[in-house]
Amino acid sequence: MIELDIRKKLLGSQGELSLEIKLHIKQGEFVALFGESGAGKTTLLRCLSGLVDPDEGHIRVDGITWFDSVKKSRLPAQHRRIGYMFQDYALFPNMSVRGNLEFALRKGADRQRVKELIEIMSLGELQHRKPNSLSGGQQQRVALARALAAESHLLLLDEPFSALDQETKVRLQDEVLQLQRHFGLTTMMVSHDVSEVYRLSKRVLIIEQGHILREGSPAEMFGAGQASGKFSFAGEVLAIEPADVVYAVTLLVGNQIVRVVATSDEAQHLKPGGRVTLMSKAFNPVLVGC
Amino acid sequence: MIYDWQPLLLTFKLAFIATLVLCLIGIPFAWWLSQTKIRFKPVLETLVSMPLVLPPSVLGFYLLLAFSPTNWFGGGLEHLAGIKLAFSFQGLVLASVIFSFPFLVHPVQSGFQNLPSSLSEAAYTLGKSRWQTFIHVLLPNIKPQLLAGGVLAFAHTIGEFGVVLMIGGNMPGQTRVASIAIYDEVEALNYDAANFYAFVLFGVCFTILLTVYLLNKKFLTRLGGA
Repeated sequence: MIELDIRKKLLGSQGELSLEIKLHIKQGEFVALFGESGAGKTTLLRCLSGLVDPDEGHIRVDGITWFDSVKKSRLPAQHRRIGYMFQDYALFPNMSVRGNLEFALRKGADRQRVKELIEIMSLGELQHRKPNSLSGGQQQRVALARALAAESHLLLLDEPFSALDQETKVRLQDEVLQLQRHFGLTTMMVSHDVSEVYRLSKRVLIIEQGHILREGSPAEMFGAGQASGKFSFAGEVLAIEPADVVYAVTLLVGNQIVRVVATSDEAQHLKPGGRVTLMSKAFNPVLVGC
Repeated sequence: MIYDWQPLLLTFKLAFIATLVLCLIGIPFAWWLSQTKIRFKPVLETLVSMPLVLPPSVLGFYLLLAFSPTNWFGGGLEHLAGIKLAFSFQGLVLASVIFSFPFLVHPVQSGFQNLPSSLSEAAYTLGKSRWQTFIHVLLPNIKPQLLAGGVLAFAHTIGEFGVVLMIGGNMPGQTRVASIAIYDEVEALNYDAANFYAFVLFGVCFTILLTVYLLNKKFLTRLGGA
């Protein structure tokens, strides 16, 4: 159980920003922090981990005070037992992949855990390589494995899947979810990816300008709560071509290119590069597995 | 003609001991300097760099005054610990450490500063103390700078002349290092002996520096490779 109430002045990209966050997190909860860059999400994680101190406020975890500006007490980062995955991975260049994971083990920890994590993250063939010789996605997997190797109670993930291809991403998300449930790890994840937040977290905090703007389940936050059988996608107009009496409009929706029909009235207001919302009533949508 | 090897041996002994002392003091100091946010940091950095610009005789002169048995520092040290600094080998070591300080501290400090701060932060979150982080994470990742700093300090101590002349004098086996011996032999018109010392110093310094450049090139390609 985390009880957090902090205030801190930050220098953001748009001048000074005051971070004011009040938060309760239950044991074993998976919370996502969603919002623009520079909103204070990473700083929140850093305050929790003890790498920076809030200006005022308190952080209590399981009844232990980690930080209290009034009592002037703070628990050093070394004693907070967290697994922190950094956005820049922060892998130690002098150690091999395996060395990085072994370095993360607490005193007296079972070395078997390193072997398991290497297997789960498919790092077997890379385990004797140095981090600098790995691709971004591979480094990200090592960083995630290292954060898990620490056998912490609290897992802090700063954009943990951003450099991975779709297939690996989905597989690792499943693994993380399993590990998280299995060990009852309280987890906070910074993410910009709606599908990721949707899959993993039970609760989303939308953070803007240092404040929690809204919070709730991913379904509530991202609109699926009001699902009415109507599909709506954001798209970008690529091309508009006349075809007989109507126009054929080519759109980019996500990673897919679709062609739809538009009347000349509708086509008038469109131009290539413009953003549109594509809506459709679906009475019998067909879902095909892939 | 039989040459006297003593000044050369003394030179290398001095450079070796001074570099060792420098590493023990200078590396932790460079780390502290790269981290600290104290207000008089610019003053400290200036002091560290002073030997780069000061004439060695200025430094030697003040060290001589400080080491003098009539001074509280030199006198106290001689009285309490029995260490005589003026015109002695110990004094030369101390002076060399001060004089070569920037040559070690500068590269090592910039090495520490160029490491991403997330490296030590990651080690802290993994429960490692500052000391463990320093030994296992920071030092191994600035090997090229450590090598460069150590070798520069070593080579610079070999090349020292002015400071040694001021505070060491010219005592055979004690303070008569090779650079002084060369000057001496030239004054006595023994060009042969001077040439011997000069040639050995030239050869050794060239070899050391060349090794560093070759090694560092290997280091760098390995770090940036693949």
